Parts: sequence; C-alpha cells; structure tokens
Amino acid sequence: MPFIPHTDADVRAMLDVIGAPDIDALFEEIPAALRAPGLPGIPPAMTEMEIGRCMAEFAARDGRPLNFIGAGAYEHHIPAAVWAIVSRGEFYSAYTPYQAEASQGTLQLLYEYQTMMASLTALEISNASLYDGASGLAEACLMAVRANRKSKSLRILLPLALNPTYRDVAQAIAGNQNLVFEQLPFDAKGGQTVVSALDQYKGKDVTAVVIQQPNFFGTLEDVDAITNWAHANGALMIGVVNPTSLAVLKPPGEWGARGADIACGDGQPLGVPLSSGGPYFGFMATRAEHVRQMPGRIIGRTVDLDGKPGFALTLQAREQHIRRSKATSNICTNQGLLVTAATIYMSLLGPRGLARVAATSMQRTQQLVDALTRIPGVRLAFDTPRFHEAVLLLDRPVKPVLEALAHRGIVGGVDVSGRYPQLGHALLVCATETRTVNDIETYARALAETLRSSAAAA
Amino acid sequence: MSNVPADLRYLKSHEWARLEGDGTVTIGISDHAQQALGDLVFVEAPEVGRRVSAGEACAVVESVKAASDIYSPVTGEVIASNVDLGGQPELVNSDPYGAGWIMRVRPEDKAQFSAMLDAKAYQAALAAETH
Amino acid sequence: MHEKLIFEHAAPGRSADAQYPRVPVEATVPTSLLRATPPLLPEVSELQAVRHYTRLSQLNFSIDTHFYPLGSCTMKYNPKACNQYAMLPELLGRHPLAPESTGQGVLQILFELQEMLKEVTGMRGVSLTPMAGAQGEFAGVAMIRAYHRARNDLARTEIIVPDAAHGTNPATATMCGCTVREIPTQSNGDIDLEALKGVVGPHTAGIMLTNPSTIGVFERRIREVAEIVHGAGGLLYYDGANLNAILGKVRPGDMGFDVIHMNLHKTFSTPHGGGGPGSGAVGVSERLLPFLPVPIVGRDGERFRWLDQQDLPQTIGRLSNFMGNTGVLLRAYVYMRMLGRDGMQRVSEFATLNANYLMARLQAAGFEVAYPERRASHEFIVTLRREAREWETNAMDFAKRLLDYGFHAPTTYFPLLVPECLLIEPTETEPKEELDAFVDAMIAIRKEAETEPAKLQGAPWTLPVRRLDDVRAAKQLDLTWKPATA
Repeated sequence: MPFIPHTDADVRAMLDVIGAPDIDALFEEIPAALRAPGLPGIPPAMTEMEIGRCMAEFAARDGRPLNFIGAGAYEHHIPAAVWAIVSRGEFYSAYTPYQAEASQGTLQLLYEYQTMMASLTALEISNASLYDGASGLAEACLMAVRANRKSKSLRILLPLALNPTYRDVAQAIAGNQNLVFEQLPFDAKGGQTVVSALDQYKGKDVTAVVIQQPNFFGTLEDVDAITNWAHANGALMIGVVNPTSLAVLKPPGEWGARGADIACGDGQPLGVPLSSGGPYFGFMATRAEHVRQMPGRIIGRTVDLDGKPGFALTLQAREQHIRRSKATSNICTNQGLLVTAATIYMSLLGPRGLARVAATSMQRTQQLVDALTRIPGVRLAFDTPRFHEAVLLLDRPVKPVLEALAHRGIVGGVDVSGRYPQLGHALLVCATETRTVNDIETYARALAETLRSSAAAA
Repeated sequence: MSNVPADLRYLKSHEWARLEGDGTVTIGISDHAQQALGDLVFVEAPEVGRRVSAGEACAVVESVKAASDIYSPVTGEVIASNVDLGGQPELVNSDPYGAGWIMRVRPEDKAQFSAMLDAKAYQAALAAETH
Repeated sequence: MHEKLIFEHAAPGRSADAQYPRVPVEATVPTSLLRATPPLLPEVSELQAVRHYTRLSQLNFSIDTHFYPLGSCTMKYNPKACNQYAMLPELLGRHPLAPESTGQGVLQILFELQEMLKEVTGMRGVSLTPMAGAQGEFAGVAMIRAYHRARNDLARTEIIVPDAAHGTNPATATMCGCTVREIPTQSNGDIDLEALKGVVGPHTAGIMLTNPSTIGVFERRIREVAEIVHGAGGLLYYDGANLNAILGKVRPGDMGFDVIHMNLHKTFSTPHGGGGPGSGAVGVSERLLPFLPVPIVGRDGERFRWLDQQDLPQTIGRLSNFMGNTGVLLRAYVYMRMLGRDGMQRVSEFATLNANYLMARLQAAGFEVAYPERRASHEFIVTLRREAREWETNAMDFAKRLLDYGFHAPTTYFPLLVPECLLIEPTETEPKEELDAFVDAMIAIRKEAETEPAKLQGAPWTLPVRRLDDVRAAKQLDLTWKPATA
C-alpha cells in the first residue's frame, strides 16, 4: 500500500487492542446516509515510475523557451547549493517552530533572514515572511490603518504605475475592511507617478501612500519627493520594492527626509524559481515603533534556562491563535521554505554578488532595449531612468506577435495594452543577468522577422 | 488567592478604579487579572487628551500568552497615562494597584464610577468565574 | 551543539565568486536614487554557507527524522517523488505570464487537480489559488459575503463559530468585515443545537465548522446543523483542517457544506517547509460558483486556458500575484496520482486506525482521554490535568520531555476547551512500532513525573537549547543581529 506501512498482522493486532472487528467499524459514528460509495472519479494509482514518466511528458510539452518576461517574477541564476540545502528533509519536512528547542535550525535561519531583509530595506524590523508580494501589499495597507491612528479615512493612494495585479489583490483582500483605494496617475512621457497629483489631497486625511520602486514599467520613481509629501501630510509611506534592486538602489528606509514606514515586496528574485507563479514569498519590514502592528511570524533572540542564546517565536500575542478575532491578520504559516532559499541565496551572493546581479540585469535590459528599438515599428515608451524592465511600443497589436515568438521558442514579454490602453500596443520586457548578448540578438532577430512577415501578410 | 482592596471599584472584565481627591479616576487591572495574564511584556496606554467612553477598549496589556483589551469604566478625557510602563511593564505584575496603574481619566459622569462593582461584588464575580 | 550566526562566519572581501556575474558593471542611475552603503549581507565562501546551513538543518526535528504527532497538522510523510517531479527544469523555469500555448502541460496538471479535488470533496467547483489554509478560509468567507451581497441581503454579517474552533476562523471573519458569534460545545463533543438555533437569524452570513471537529470527533448531527443554518438563510463553511480523517469516506459536499478549503499541505502531503508554503484550495457548491477566486483553469475542447475576471465577473478577485503556490499544487498532484482512488480511502482508514490504536494504548496505560465514549477520528485528546494536579507536571512539561525521548511533541493547549491537553495525530504513514515506542515513552515520562518531576519541569535536557525565556524575547526585543561597533 503506497505510504502505509501496516502488515495484515499489524492491523489485526491493532484492532484487537481497540476492540473493533474491522477498520470500517471505526467509522461507525458517521451516519450511514453520508457515507461516500467510493471515489470513482479518481484514476487508479500509479507507481513512482509511471507518474515520473507522466510528469516528464507534461514538462516536455511546455519545453524551455527563452524568457524575456519579468512583471513581478524574475529569472535569476540560482546557485546549486541553494536548493540542495532547501530540499534537506530537516528543512523541507519540519513544521512551524512552535517547539523552539526542536526547531533552532529554522528559527536561527529566520533570525538571519530578518537581519538581512532589515538591512536590505534599511528599516529596523522584518517579519519572517508573508505569502507573496501582492498579498503582502494588502497586509501592508491594513497595517498602515492600524499604525496611523490619527487617520480615520482608510484612504490609501495607489499609483497607476503600480503592478496592476497588486492593486487587484489589495482590493480583494483589504476591500472587505472598507479601505478606499484611490489612484495616482503617471506621466505619459516619463512613465513616473506625477508628484503634483498629490496636491489635490493636501489637507485631506490620507492614511498611506504607496509607491513601487522600480514601478511596473521598470521606471524609477521620485521616491524622495513622494515620501516627504506623505509625511508632511500625516500619511504613512509604503514602499513596494524589488529586493535585487536594493543592492544598488536607495533603500526605502532612506527615502526622503525620514524614510518609508513600511517596505514590502516579493522575495522571489532571491533564489526562488519562476515555477509557473509560485510558491514565492512576500517580505515586509518596518520601523521598530510599528512592530506590534506588523502581521506574520517574528523571531526573537533570547536565552535559555542556562543563559545560553537561542531563538523563539515572539510577539505571538498579535497572532490569530491567541488574539482570535482581534489578530493583526489571519495569517498562520509564512513561506518558510522559500525564505530558507532566499537566506542561503543572499549568503552566497553577499553584498557584492547581489549588486552585480542587479547592475548586470540593468545593463542587459539596456542592451535589449537598444537591440529591439533598432527594429522598424518598435520604439521605447519612456526614456527615463529604469531598473531591469522597459515598456516598448509596437506598431500593431502585441498578442499575435507574442504568439508568433512563442512558436520560435521565445517568450517575448507581457502584453500590457489591456491594462494600459492609453499606452497603445505596449509590451513589457525584461532581461536579467541570465540573458546573454547572444540571447538578446536571438530575440531581436526573431522579432524583426516576425514583424516583417506579419507586415508582409497584412 | 488574589488581593482585592476594599477601597477600590471594579469591572467584571477585571479593571479597577479609584476616585481621587481631585475628582479624577485612576484605572488599572486587578491582581487577579495580572496573575491570569502572567508576566506582562507590553502595555499600550492611551494618549493623554483622548476622550474615551465607558465600555470602550482604550488600552492593551500583553503577556507572552495573551493580549487583553482594557475597558474604561467611565466616559471622559484621559489626563495621564503611566509612562513608566513603557520600560517596565512588569510593574503591573508586581504592584497592580500602585505603581502598575495604567491611566487616569476625568469622568464626565461620576455616577458611572459609583455604578461599578464594589470589592465584595467583584470577589463574588471572581468566585463565580472559577466555578 | 551551537552554531554561530552566518554573519559571524564572514570576513570582508570573501564571497562565493562562481555564483554571480564575473564582470563588474556600474549601475547607471542618478546618484540621488543610488544606495549609499552596501547592505549587511554576509561575506562567506560557498563551503562556509553550505556547512552553516547544513548544520542549522541538523538542529531541527522533522518528519524525515522524527515521529511528529502534532495534532491538527497532519504531519505525514512527504514522498520524495512529489518534490522531484515538481522540480523538473521545464516546470521550474516556466514564467507564469508566458502564453498559454507554452504552458499546456502545467495547465493540464492543474485542471486535473481541480477535477480530483471536486471528486474528493463532492463540490461543484474548485479554485487552487489560495496560498495557505488561512487564505482559503478568507476566500471562503469572502465568497459567502459576496453571495449575500449579490442577493442584496446586506444585513448578513455574522459568522458563527464553535468555541473550540481554530483561531484563524474568528480572525478570518474579522478580515472579511464580519462579526463573530461563538456557540458552545456539549460535553460529548457535539455542537449545542439549541444554542445554534438561538443565534441564527437574519444577520447570519454563515457558520464555520471543522468536521471531525478540533476535538477529534465526528459531528454526528451535521445534517441538522446544515438544516438549521440553511433554514435561517446562512451558508456552511467547511474548514478542511481535518480532511485526512474522512478522505474518501464522506464528502463535505454531501454533508451539506457550501464551501470548503483544503490544506493540501496536510491531507495531500505537500511539505510544511518549517512553516509554509501551504496551499488552501477552495471548493464550492453550485450557488457559490460565480464567486470563486481567479484564476481558475478552464478547458475549451483540447486546450486549457486561464479563466479570469472576464469569465467570472462576480469573482471575489485575485488573492495572489499569479496562480497561488503552483509548485505546491504540482506536488499534491503527484501524490494524488500515486495514491489513486483506493489509496485515498486508505489514507483515512489507516489514519483513523493509528489514532484509535494509540488512544486505546494510552488509555490502557492510565492516561485520561478527553472524550472516552467517542471514537477517535484521525486524532484525539489526552488531558494531563491529573498529572498536573498531583505532581505539578503539566502538558508543557510532558511535551518538552518527549523531545528528550526523540519524539516531536503533540499539539499542546489546543483546543482551549480541554485543560492540560495534548492533541495527538499520528497519521497513516507511521508504523505500529513507532506508535508503541511513543506509548513506552509516555509511560516512562509519567513514571518520572511521579518520582522525579524535576526531570519534566526542566526538560528538555538533550536538545541544542533548554527552555527559552519567552518573556525576555518579547520584552527585550532582539529581532536582528547588529555588528559590534568599534
């Protein structure tokens, strides 16, 4: 029996001890009318060999196209050591470290992670992770409502240049608690959030202002001016950031005169594979004064009965299992295994490696933009400083072009014209350090040919 | 057994209150409550100047195993909150009726204070709770 | 055993040079946007990092190394094949926004997983996107609210939960903008139907139930509960925390539930990962179909595609940036295919057999079981109130002493209803020998409690650390390492 060790003799001996004639008798309290006749819709069992073959066939069907998509999930090199260690059963098959003495490995690792994330964001405190970047922003908005006691409006300003799915998720999760999300427009030429658009909120009650750096288009925002505006107007500042970028870009804790209050984002770029969308992890950091308003698990260093240092979950009174309906969030688990990957990744890269990944990705994207905009019918949407993504404008609908590229084994970016019709035929592209000059040339050639042949057909 | 001073008034939710000579009311949590919570690690007292209503949750006491709202027994303005608790929340454990006081309110209606349980009634409530 | 912090292994200028691009590049952005000082990441070699994190792993208990009878968590074996086949390079390398034409393989896997989950729960539709049980709960209650709103039944904002419920239930209700009404549990473990009748009404949005309940017994009058709640216009939410107990035996849809979340990391054996990633897929009855969170995988003939807001205009929306914890879903799929239809029924049979056997043996050894007149489901409760009273050795002391004996502790002090309790869930993957060894340890510890209680009160003695000072951890917050300043 797959994964069940019992012999017939075991079963007989165990039933004797229980005093039941057979296993079925153990279910006697379930009313007969409710008993399911079986599961005819589930296929019969497969052996490991058979399911292995089946999965390999599914995987082969999808192949390994050359990827130029970012839009919230980034293909970086993951050192071999990362998942070799993450896959160890002691990390993989452990649970939430409630029994601290039997979980010091996980707990110490999370403490190291908190240290790394706090430093990367230049804030004092980090939690031990949330589910992903988008739901993390929803949690950050709810946290801002708790932390900004003077504000009663529940009004959160979200830039239009924020990843649109983040907005959707924030609305779906936080909207139930009556948060009001209002939009800040972006400049059509530069792709940056218009700072003067904040003026209409002057003197009004704003709970928090959100800014994404780099924004959804890859463009760099004037984070100092926006942060200063937020603080001058009694609002908290929430920064949504890409962790790789923080190796080179000014961290949220240093934005403006006082720094952002909350930083959050998706930790996927730190050693987590694309994996069709997850599991990733969300990170969140804040100032010490807001620590009790922060959702998610937090690890503290303390001492044991002998005075020896050790690690434990702390500030648990914020959490659902104690505070129940008054908890900061209903979140229980975090994304521990992915945080394990990220911590090992950051240790291997160190400050220099991470900065090099960031700067090389920027360079590759610049090379990609240069190569693609040389093609007739392709131009750059925003000529402003960017990180490792850019919006290109095509002279025709994007979707068929992407389909044609996919047939050539290239995943050429994301069609964002549905979410941003004002941009026209807009294509969001990304190249990380994993794309070589050759890869970029391959893409440019394929795009040029695709545009030529579809133009010829038209 | 827990200490229930005879000169104080109480709520069933374990707050105590004392009417001061100047007409203000000092509020804290009872010895029973601090025992039940265990070692306090954090106390969040209300801002001075805030107006609180009777029955409103306006402070939080937190131990390792629980966090509990503190309800104001009277309506009025908060005129002081115990700043010492910021660095020494354990004062609530060691001296709940003295150095561990939480806040002081100027009541708008003294009848609300008079309507609180006296020591005897609170003791009876405690006895009922444990059985 | 003590392992330094990774930062204490570091030396300036050291790094794992083969792991990142060789050629240094300047970041070309305006100075005002540049970082001034590098972040505090460790500077270590590859071997130092590998050795450090391998050593840390060895400080953990895990299913692979220890019996882990943590009640309500279903710590069953996580088959290695599930990990390996979910980590095939094509599946790992696929970008979630790549065209559907390049993802028919993974979309088919997810579609088939949806279909299998519909079958085992008896529900009409499934969405795989919630990233954990708590997010599944959120999705469920949000759908219940959306359903009432769509009918313009705006007064229904109360969620009923039994007092024994998991803390996430009331926390979720709050997140959904609802208020919570608690109802008591009777001494035999069933819900108090009279109390239920007393709280339902025009404000009732729904009830959240776990069945078998958090006290490890099957709620026998579930159909009556469903009639009362439905009769009052409310909906029934099934918390799938304990689905392992009834897999293939009784389906939540047949019990009358309108919505269910499943913890794939429990019942379908995806890893707990030291606290995540989980996965909290939701299933719904006919009337909640329009409100399912997106994306969902749909099928047009032979092609699979994402269904989003355009296909489900009344959806409660998106809960993650892409498609939840896809990699976890792939692991659940591999597991379900290896079990097959008969293997799934065996899961609940042997989980129940192991729990009832362990309960019977502990009872025979003199331990007090909380609900002796009831059959255990896949878990059961022992109360140590007598041991606590007579020898001053409470449930926590037993739990900590079990660690010395090489067993992970059961869940302690949950549910709150039972004093000094251990909630014990052995799961179906443990052999009889392991259960017997656990009973032997419990008997030995009980003897120690009687003769040398200090052995329990000071436990654990043999782990990397002894009991930790939680009060100090919360009072003198030390949440990040700081380098010694010169």
